[in-house]
Amino acid sequence: MKKFLALLLAVAMTLALVACGGNSANNSNSGDADSTGSEGGDTIKIALIANTTGDYAQYGIPVRNGAMLYIDELNANGGINGKQVEVLEYDDKGDGVEAVNAFNLAMDQGITAVIGSVLTSPTITLADATYEVNMPQISASATAQGVTQIDPEDESAGIRTNVFRSCFIDPFQGQTMAHYASEKLGATTAAILYESGSDYSEGCMNGFVEACGELGIEIVATEAFATGDKDFNAQMTKIAAANPDVVFMPFYYSEAGLAITQGRQAGLTATILGADGFGGIKDYASAEDLEGTVYGSGYAPGTESVAQFEADYEETYGEAVPNMFAPLAYDAAMLMCEALKAAEDQGLTAGSDEYKQAVIDTIASMSGVEGITGTYTFDEYNNPEKSVAMIQLQGGEEVFTEFYSFN
Amino acid sequence: MSYVFSQAVNALQLGSIYALVALGYSMVYGIILLLNFAHGDIIMVGAYVTYYAMTSFHLHPLVSVVLAVAMCTLLGVVIEKVAYTPLRSAPRLSLLITAIGISFLLENGAQLLFGTDTKSMVQDPLIPGTLTIGDVSITYAALITILVSIVSMVVLTILVQRTKLGKAMRAVSEDMGAAQLMGISLNRTISFTFAVGSALAGIGSVLHVASYFQASPMMGSMLGLKAFVAAVLGGIGSIPGAMIGGFAIGIVETLVTAAGLSTWKDGVVFAILIVVLLLKPTGILGKKITEKV
Repeated sequence: MKKFLALLLAVAMTLALVACGGNSANNSNSGDADSTGSEGGDTIKIALIANTTGDYAQYGIPVRNGAMLYIDELNANGGINGKQVEVLEYDDKGDGVEAVNAFNLAMDQGITAVIGSVLTSPTITLADATYEVNMPQISASATAQGVTQIDPEDESAGIRTNVFRSCFIDPFQGQTMAHYASEKLGATTAAILYESGSDYSEGCMNGFVEACGELGIEIVATEAFATGDKDFNAQMTKIAAANPDVVFMPFYYSEAGLAITQGRQAGLTATILGADGFGGIKDYASAEDLEGTVYGSGYAPGTESVAQFEADYEETYGEAVPNMFAPLAYDAAMLMCEALKAAEDQGLTAGSDEYKQAVIDTIASMSGVEGITGTYTFDEYNNPEKSVAMIQLQGGEEVFTEFYSFN
Repeated sequence: MSYVFSQAVNALQLGSIYALVALGYSMVYGIILLLNFAHGDIIMVGAYVTYYAMTSFHLHPLVSVVLAVAMCTLLGVVIEKVAYTPLRSAPRLSLLITAIGISFLLENGAQLLFGTDTKSMVQDPLIPGTLTIGDVSITYAALITILVSIVSMVVLTILVQRTKLGKAMRAVSEDMGAAQLMGISLNRTISFTFAVGSALAGIGSVLHVASYFQASPMMGSMLGLKAFVAAVLGGIGSIPGAMIGGFAIGIVETLVTAAGLSTWKDGVVFAILIVVLLLKPTGILGKKITEKV
């Protein structure tokens, strides 16, 4: 046992050394590259930390691109009160240690705010570091409650007052769908099918169940399946027999397509509700079976508010907007720059404690700020209460119907 | 009433596919004492063959089905020749690890070749439609799945009990050395066993696609594990045991869900594996083997 422990420690130390030795910053200075005669080199420095390489880079790259698109536009239009925003870019490879290393390097450069990180776990590690020095931070994509709450299980542990996000959290998606079902569909009974063991699915479900309790929607069946299951016949037969008004399915499109098809075969007539994992579901069940299905999404592709962004993104990066992370990052950058502007307006010194506090206070008190993915107001846990883009399946197509927000 | 009927159909539909896959496990184990963990992934390959035959090459469904079963059979034999035959005299653990390696090779190879996303053929299903009698309804896919499985099992039983090759299989499984002395070709018999087992997997893959109309690189792994539990429950090495085990697992899963405990469904299945291994390792129909010194 002792030998094993010693070995384990040795491995851990080696890994730590490797992690430290790796090139931890991919530091490009795009603020300078674009600087169009800024006044006396007076710039506002911020750090952008995203995993642009490695697994899950398909999330990190759009975040980086979306955020840079906003900041480049801002700088081209004269920056913030004439000052250019200088972005120090770092790649954390999806690793918390790398994220903190990057943050420390950026601190030495005198940054005043952080955009990032992308994946939930490095974002939480990074948030611990930024919280210590009260550095304003915003993530475009980390959906777990633990990003802004120090301990999601224990509310008295408090929140990281300096950390924000532009995406909505999992329970919020469930709450929104419950309110939508009650208000727009007149539902009084609901059933749930969820993926057990998935944080995303269970988070959405908890929010849905909680809101149903408040709204008086009776939950007539709660069924689960395990990751990798393809057969939902038994669950759907049970749900169909309970005959609910709506069925909430917080999981991804391929399983959802199967579950809906099998549910219809079992005689289910209820309206199906989904979360943002439903994006692309139209190819995974027949048009008749899907008709009327509604899901809430982080952004509504092709709509007016994002049309300009989508065109710019494609022009700049040579590919269509790959997923919702790019527009959410654009909004994250926008929110942070709005707050920086407020601090600048107060004439504070960039990097000072008052300056950082002013940035934090500005974001926390934001109310109804227009982004391209929705309207932002922050709640007591620093999570955005924003309108959700409702997408409905009509004749086999995913059609944006409205921006919906409850209360 | 119609609820009970529907759940019974669900149980049988699920059970038939488990049984077909479990048969392949059991037959291979019976003859060379190998747990062929690549068996579940053969189903995955069959599903992709059906998908591409139907959607990319627009072949007739029947042609696609035959093609899928033929490809699975061929793949099973090739795997046996390439990966298992050279190791026949090696320790059994080496064989087992090779089988796991082949399983990884197939899963990751599929991700490389076909991409990681799930392919759906819902717009053009293999067996469309639902049969409704009174207030009960059953999809044709479920009906055909159950019927085809039963027919396959009957044919398999005749093959093993009544033909010369079947006799050879039973002989090899009983005593490999003695069978060889009696003039039975080991290579031919073992290859034949793999071919039959993989053909059953091929039939299983087609039925799987008909019922669940999707193909994804990892679809074989959980299915394979559940079928393995079914084979152990029935008594690994025993053909009727695999059938009983497969249907039993399908029925248990459906019962657990119908009882409102769907969260515990997989837990119950794997608990069965543990209980069987602890209390009656030979399974329901397995023979007790006394180790001779």
